[in-house]
Amino acid sequence: MTHPSDTGPAPVLALRDVSKSFGAVRALRDVSLELFPGEVHALAGENGAGKSTLIKTLAGVHRPDAGQVLLDGEPVVLHGPKDARDAGIAVIYQEPTLFPDLSIAENIHMGRQPRRALGRIDHRATREATAALMNRLGVRLDPDRPARGLSIADQQIVEIAKALSFDARVLIMDEPTAALTGSEVARLFDVVRTLRDEGAAVLFISHRLEEIFEVCRRVTTLRDGARVASEPLDGMTEDDLVRRMVGRDLEELYPKQDVRPGEVVLSVRRLTREGVFTDVSFDVRRGEIVGLAGLVGAGRTEVARAVFGIDRRDAGEVEVEGRRLTNGAPSTAMAAGLALVPEDRRAQGLVMDMSIERNIGLTGLRTTVRAGLMDRGAERSRSLDWAVRLQVKYARIADAVSTLSGGNQQKVVLAKWLATGPKVLIVDEPTRGIDVGTKAEVHRLLSRLAADGVAVLMISSDLPEILGMADRVLVMHEGRLTAEIPRTDATEETVMAAATGRVAA
Amino acid sequence: MPESGFPASRVVRWDTAVGALLVVVLLLSFATVDGFGNALNLSFLIGNTLPIALIALPMTLLVVSGEIDLSVASTAGLSGAVMGALWNQGMAIETIIPLCLLLGVVCGLVNGLLVTRLGLPSLAVTIGTLAAYRGIAQIVLGSDAVTDFPGPYLEFAAGRIGDTFVPYAFPPFLVLLAIAVVALHATPFGRSLFAIGAGEEAARFAGLRVKRQKLILFTVTGLMASLTGVFWALHYASARYDNATGLELSVVAAVLLGGIDFDGGKGTLGGAIAGVFLLGTLQNVMSLLSVSAQSQIVVTGVLLVVSVLGPRVARRIAAARAGRRAAAPPPVPEAPAPIP
Repeated sequence: MTHPSDTGPAPVLALRDVSKSFGAVRALRDVSLELFPGEVHALAGENGAGKSTLIKTLAGVHRPDAGQVLLDGEPVVLHGPKDARDAGIAVIYQEPTLFPDLSIAENIHMGRQPRRALGRIDHRATREATAALMNRLGVRLDPDRPARGLSIADQQIVEIAKALSFDARVLIMDEPTAALTGSEVARLFDVVRTLRDEGAAVLFISHRLEEIFEVCRRVTTLRDGARVASEPLDGMTEDDLVRRMVGRDLEELYPKQDVRPGEVVLSVRRLTREGVFTDVSFDVRRGEIVGLAGLVGAGRTEVARAVFGIDRRDAGEVEVEGRRLTNGAPSTAMAAGLALVPEDRRAQGLVMDMSIERNIGLTGLRTTVRAGLMDRGAERSRSLDWAVRLQVKYARIADAVSTLSGGNQQKVVLAKWLATGPKVLIVDEPTRGIDVGTKAEVHRLLSRLAADGVAVLMISSDLPEILGMADRVLVMHEGRLTAEIPRTDATEETVMAAATGRVAA
Repeated sequence: MPESGFPASRVVRWDTAVGALLVVVLLLSFATVDGFGNALNLSFLIGNTLPIALIALPMTLLVVSGEIDLSVASTAGLSGAVMGALWNQGMAIETIIPLCLLLGVVCGLVNGLLVTRLGLPSLAVTIGTLAAYRGIAQIVLGSDAVTDFPGPYLEFAAGRIGDTFVPYAFPPFLVLLAIAVVALHATPFGRSLFAIGAGEEAARFAGLRVKRQKLILFTVTGLMASLTGVFWALHYASARYDNATGLELSVVAAVLLGGIDFDGGKGTLGGAIAGVFLLGTLQNVMSLLSVSAQSQIVVTGVLLVVSVLGPRVARRIAAARAGRRAAAPPPVPEAPAPIP
């Protein structure tokens, strides 16, 4: 029952003292949350703080062990995702799941297309309804375009349009910006503000704190399954928020040590891959962290792949300590002391079904060998050693890496490569989608590696990370290196100008 | 048995279960089927199962790496046919056999190059070469049957050691089995096959030479298929173009029955060999009970479907149990029981 004396709008969706346990693990303890129409509300917390469980509770996937879900002030029981959808609650996940061969319009209206006589699908009405939704969102997407080939950003817009077509009043966005470029994020935020102004309640989850401050009005922070606070963001600083999330003062997020760079270790000369990138030349020296910035699609990852030999180069040379690398041969790149921590850790960095031990062991198949056979003891101690050094949190070293959180998975990928004792470490989006505590750990690690004489090439779309960690920033735009900016001159403005091609340095 | 590529689970491992089932079926057959338990029948059982077992060795490695070769029976048939044709030409058997094995290497190499260089799916490629190699076999030998191979060779392929149940060819097979077990479960090569099958892209990013490993596997599979073709012609004292027709069905069924995941990355060679001899025992028992050959094929087909379904259902159950734990946030996961 709501009290008539209440001022202001009632929460459209609320949790009251909700608890949820899985076996011995208490994922949520007495958590309360109120979402008001017309507000964008941030949900903050480290990985494992209970964010996912909370979202799944709101989405009807989990039912609380104790406490209530309130819809318009009335207790409801959500028996499943369909109940939640019927109640007007929609969840937009980080990686949308559309049918690639169906059009945008068909995806949005899947299973409930407008009909004509004899039950035939009314394609025109489907198209028009879709166009109307796109107009409402202020986005230009052709309803007839197949979902295949849409960027992640566009796919999310389609998911949002789908949610709107269900008359969703509550939109839960789980790390929607993790894979988006700057301009795509800006467009997404425009859409979010449009929804907010129409009276929708939005719950927004992101590891990027600046985004939370940009688009949200209030924030609820979770730590270890319990609510720390629900409060307005006005007047808070990023440090305040981090302190609430980790429960202590975080040591500096970008602990870059000053290092005098040594001799050139990695030398890339006029590297070209037709139609992908052209004439890319740069050096990385001992002890140096070189940032490689640019928009998504500028060719940064592709350069890293060609340097490591995953893709063949059409022209140019790659040298490690003056030794020229064979074209298209990762094994020789490894032998020369190159390591690549790839962008997609689930598909490229790890064999998800394999154990932590075996994943780290994969880079040691040439070294943990005795008389041609696997030396199991050596393999295990090598893996254990590196898992411990990087403070991977796991139950047993023989557990599949798929059981680990994202941050710990990334640590396993790093462990796997550091175990090879690399001279050159290329890291591609090393902290994407991992929590702020682990992020600081990864930065500290990179800084220490550089101090120990490793040459580090760091690709990142996280501009503060580039500015905070790199001794030198290389910028790519449309397949070419457009700028090389020393640490002292690197600012958001200079890097973005080069990344968007507004200046040629 | 060496450790497999998959993590510990609470449920009994599929390959162990198949091994136990083999023991049960053997005991039941001893107890209830007339004529099963005598040494002569057992030597027949083993001898008739050896062609499946020989090809199952490389096939297991191939399926673990995420590929398959359906042309093996045709390669075996082609080798037998060439052997017969050359024998008719008067060539010495000591020359013929190495030539046949070389032919198998070429057959496997063709499969491997089509898969690794052109990036074609092995299922499609080897269905194509299944037809092609069999066609060549018929061109080479027509509808002739060559039977007059030298006595010692026939005796080696069909006979048994004294009055025991052990065929002459069995000990050499055990040597090959040991080599395959070590290769898959104890060498860096085998370790890389599990990684390739479970996550080919990640394996490539870890510097593993995915294409080379696969090419080696296809080539060895061709070699073993031709060895089987030679054995088959001598064992049954008949080289015909249609020798070993349909053998690929039995091999694939047995390997999958033994718990090798069709999608790659999981399984043990011990499981696969248990699957092979389970299938061989069932075929032997059905023959003793005068079950028609056609019905035996039906049984093999059903086993194939069951063996694809079974491990999945088992894993689904294990995952559903684990899911309740995995859905929880990571901090204090309760440790599952270790493998016994």
